[in-house]
Amino acid sequence: MRPNKRFMIPYRARFDKALNPFMSLSPADVEKVARLARLAMTDQELRAARDQLNNIFGLIAEMQAVDTAGIEPMSHAQDVAQRLREDKVTETNQREAFQAIAPQVENGLYLVPQVIE
Amino acid sequence: MQWEIVIGLEVHTQLSTNTKIFSGASTAFGAEPNTQADAVSIALPGVLPVLNKGAVERAIKFGLATGARIAQRSVFARKNYFYPDLPKGYQISQFDLPVVGQGALTIQVEPLSGNAKPYEKTVRITRAHLEEDAGKSVHGNSQGVTGIDLNRAGTPLLEIVSEPDMCSAAEAVAYAKALHTLVRWIGICDGNMQEGSFRCDVNVSVRRPGEPLGTRREIKNLNSFKFMQQAIDYEVQWQIDTIESGGKIHQATILFNPDTGETRAMRSKEDAHDYRYFPDPDLLPLEISTEWIEQVRGTLPELPQAKQARYVSELGLSAYDASILTASREMADFFEEALGDATGQAKICANWIIGEVSAQLNRDGLDMTQCPINAQQLGGMLTRIADGTISNSGAKEVFRTMWAEGGSADAIIEAKGLKQVSDSGAIEALVDEIIAANADKVTEYRSGKDKLFGFFVGLAMKASKGKANPAQLNDILKKKLAG
Amino acid sequence: MLNASIKQLSAALRAKEISSVELTQSYLDRIVRLNPQLNAYITLNPEVSLAQARAADARLAAGMADPLTGIPVAQKDIFCAKGWLTTCGSKMLHNFVSPYDAHVITQFNNAGAVNLGKTNMDEFAMGSSNETSHYGTVKNPWDRARVPGGSSGGTAAAVAARLCAAATGTDTGGSIRQPAALCGISGLKPTYGVVSRYGMIAFASSLDQAGPMGRSAEDLALLLNTMAGFDERDSTSLQREKEDYARDLNKSLTGLRIGLPKEFFAEGLSGDVAKAVEAAIAEYKKLGAVIVDISLPNTKLSIPVYYVLAPAEASSNLSRFDGVRYGYRAPEYSDLADMYEKSRAQGFGAEVKRRIMIGTYVLSHGYYDAYYLQAQKIRRLIAQDFTAAYKQCDVIMGPTSPSTAFKLGEKGDDPVQMYLSDIYTIAVNLAGLPGMSIPCGFGANDMPVGLQIIGNYFDEARMLNVAHQYQLATDWHSRAPQL
Ligand SMILES: [Mg+2]
Ligand SMILES: [Zn+2]
Repeated sequence: MRPNKRFMIPYRARFDKALNPFMSLSPADVEKVARLARLAMTDQELRAARDQLNNIFGLIAEMQAVDTAGIEPMSHAQDVAQRLREDKVTETNQREAFQAIAPQVENGLYLVPQVIE
Repeated sequence: MQWEIVIGLEVHTQLSTNTKIFSGASTAFGAEPNTQADAVSIALPGVLPVLNKGAVERAIKFGLATGARIAQRSVFARKNYFYPDLPKGYQISQFDLPVVGQGALTIQVEPLSGNAKPYEKTVRITRAHLEEDAGKSVHGNSQGVTGIDLNRAGTPLLEIVSEPDMCSAAEAVAYAKALHTLVRWIGICDGNMQEGSFRCDVNVSVRRPGEPLGTRREIKNLNSFKFMQQAIDYEVQWQIDTIESGGKIHQATILFNPDTGETRAMRSKEDAHDYRYFPDPDLLPLEISTEWIEQVRGTLPELPQAKQARYVSELGLSAYDASILTASREMADFFEEALGDATGQAKICANWIIGEVSAQLNRDGLDMTQCPINAQQLGGMLTRIADGTISNSGAKEVFRTMWAEGGSADAIIEAKGLKQVSDSGAIEALVDEIIAANADKVTEYRSGKDKLFGFFVGLAMKASKGKANPAQLNDILKKKLAG
Repeated sequence: MLNASIKQLSAALRAKEISSVELTQSYLDRIVRLNPQLNAYITLNPEVSLAQARAADARLAAGMADPLTGIPVAQKDIFCAKGWLTTCGSKMLHNFVSPYDAHVITQFNNAGAVNLGKTNMDEFAMGSSNETSHYGTVKNPWDRARVPGGSSGGTAAAVAARLCAAATGTDTGGSIRQPAALCGISGLKPTYGVVSRYGMIAFASSLDQAGPMGRSAEDLALLLNTMAGFDERDSTSLQREKEDYARDLNKSLTGLRIGLPKEFFAEGLSGDVAKAVEAAIAEYKKLGAVIVDISLPNTKLSIPVYYVLAPAEASSNLSRFDGVRYGYRAPEYSDLADMYEKSRAQGFGAEVKRRIMIGTYVLSHGYYDAYYLQAQKIRRLIAQDFTAAYKQCDVIMGPTSPSTAFKLGEKGDDPVQMYLSDIYTIAVNLAGLPGMSIPCGFGANDMPVGLQIIGNYFDEARMLNVAHQYQLATDWHSRAPQL
């Protein structure tokens, strides 16, 4: 992947009317989100989802007014560094137990409909 | 019309850890499908990642070896997309804060065509980041289905991203090779390209001189240098043809087919460009202390470039010999071990390795690690050449025997009676006998027929059964013939 | 027996007044009788429970009992328990028999507790009323026409109805405290990182925290002693000294500074709840506490922040449910994409899909900064509010929920109204602080009211002390619904 500076640019600097996320979602937006999330939806479901999402985004819009210049984003509740694991094998083969609950397996492989590259 | 080629590489190197990047499952190659797919690898509900120290250590090594800054704080992010070989539905990678920052690699480029001379070039490395590998799709089991093997899922990768600094297939290949040498040299990757330990994505675009960068297409997953060169050549020509015939290049991910030698666009992954990156809440920021960096620095071997320079300045080797001897860590180690303290013998040692040893390896289809003779054996033979125990032809015999049957140089010299006669008394006696038996020829020689010197050398060598030390024999013959 | 505390039950077990098998059987009998009305449990496994009880009796007989040995404890169905169906309230996991134990389950097993069954919950812990469970709504034992709260509603109902001695819950935005309040029981969400998340099916990783739910603060202390502790399999698990959460239960509250945030007593709070909470504060004054008026100015923003961050993390966490390795797969599909889309559309319920959609959208390209990043920044402002407040007070108190339990179906059509009911609990998760709810009276329709106690980081022992002293002085916590 190419580095994208998205995380680093201050919110205000990037805020763009053309991308104004606080305006209501179009049917195409909702369809795109459903596709990204791999959720099959009927037209009726998409319409309902759109109305509900717009309500929720109305609720979320409150955040827009807050001045957060210079505030460090908070990803974790505690300011702790990642702990590291020693490079030692601790896991044993559990294929049988794991595949006992799998929808479809053959010769130790999980099966899915054909993948086309 | 002139065209400029712009190439950048993203190389995925599989790090040589015992376990996966986020779990204690083995990374050994070739296991039965899914037997190394632990709860984390198959993403059971509720399982969590814990970072492997060995993977971080290897990333630090790489950063130090390329003069890059190691990030004191880096962050793991999730790259979200659905694919059956990606069990969590996201890949844990690094995004805006990678562990290794900007570095560089100097490469020797051998132009692929014409009589152009080799040259040196420095390629800038944008960054290198840690991430997990995906599993493997196995096709062709049953009709209409794909099998998923998650043994490889979670194997640690270091993705090394270069700047688009290369302007020919030759440069791209030289860079990839140099990187391949380096990661093996510092011991972070086994470099096995057949097993997928070193995979290259190549971004290619073309432009007319002076124009802004063209649209790039990314050739995915090249796992041989030969294919890389073919793929780039084909792709460059395709792009040029496309533009010259009035077409436009569209950004795409493409695959190279080694059978046809052609590239083709992948069936475009839907919404491919919306990976919804965000910092992984299951992992905390990776902090690397200066002490740790220094400790890792202490474990780094002398790097190929430093070695090359030292071979030239301290051992008096040519730049060419030095570059060949540092083509791999094994080669350089072999050379240094065979040479030992006898630095004066560097040239002859280099000649033997670059000459006979390489030729024999080539003939037998072996690589340096499989060499039937070890460095001590070769060193022992070189010592006997240097101290005059064996002649060059004797040495060849010793080498052949060593290669085929093993044994030390001394044992072979002894068993085969290859020891030179360096006893000047014995040589003098032998020369006296020859002079006495060939009085007429001696007279001719003394009257100016210099060419006859070779005749006397031949006779003396024959008489000594080839064991007389040639230099010594020459001296004595000259002296005695002079009268 | 049914109203006895864990301490009393433990004493009775040690004194052989009752066996764990008898105790377990009596709970199982009661569950069989009452669960059909309440739907608090999804899965029972009487043979396994009784086998654990027999093992506990053996351990008791051998004199090797822990405080929880032989105590029947119910587990929220979010915890993976080996050999147990673990559904997380979802059709997606209707057939998921976990092949491994969550850390919390292991801790209870090691303590010799009996797993009495898996309790109902909102699907993937997303909900505040337990109406989103695929396995049917849970009824509030105080009024079966009303909700028990959520997402740990099955646990809250089971504890309130005496269908277990105690149980576990998880709290991402109030999912322990709110149902505890609505069902008239005690519940504690520890500081983020105190209880391992390993094996607890993730909703929003940076907010999720497991905690105990029971009939008294004293019981919670014993449960937390078992649940808490470092686990190397969870990177966010904190390495801290083991502590005894019961150590301060009997301390005096004289001089305790209780902060009352003005934002918690503003518009939106029902009069009946306000009255009960104010009475509780008056009781605390009698116990020697001092009241301090404080402000948490960003409280209102906690809802929008939460409804960006939690769905974002959830959308990614729930990507692993794809019908490939476990769980629900649609019976019919045309190709891979169709299999994903149908399996997920059929396996997830409406609320889960809604949150996946929100999360996917806020992370998608172009919106990240405006939503996710902005929410993370405001999250820090919210946490800073608490840091400032704890300079003035020792604990913060207020209502847990703005109203008592509402009627089933009352808010079903309006997610926003439902979301607003978490106004007092969400900020605690965003800050990572510990929070608890204890019964403090009854409001309209004789429904229970919860008092929320919010502590500073790692101040669980003090919070339990504060709650316990109140429970010594009042008897709200020992009131039980008529069934
Ligand atoms: Mg890449
Ligand atoms: Zn990569």
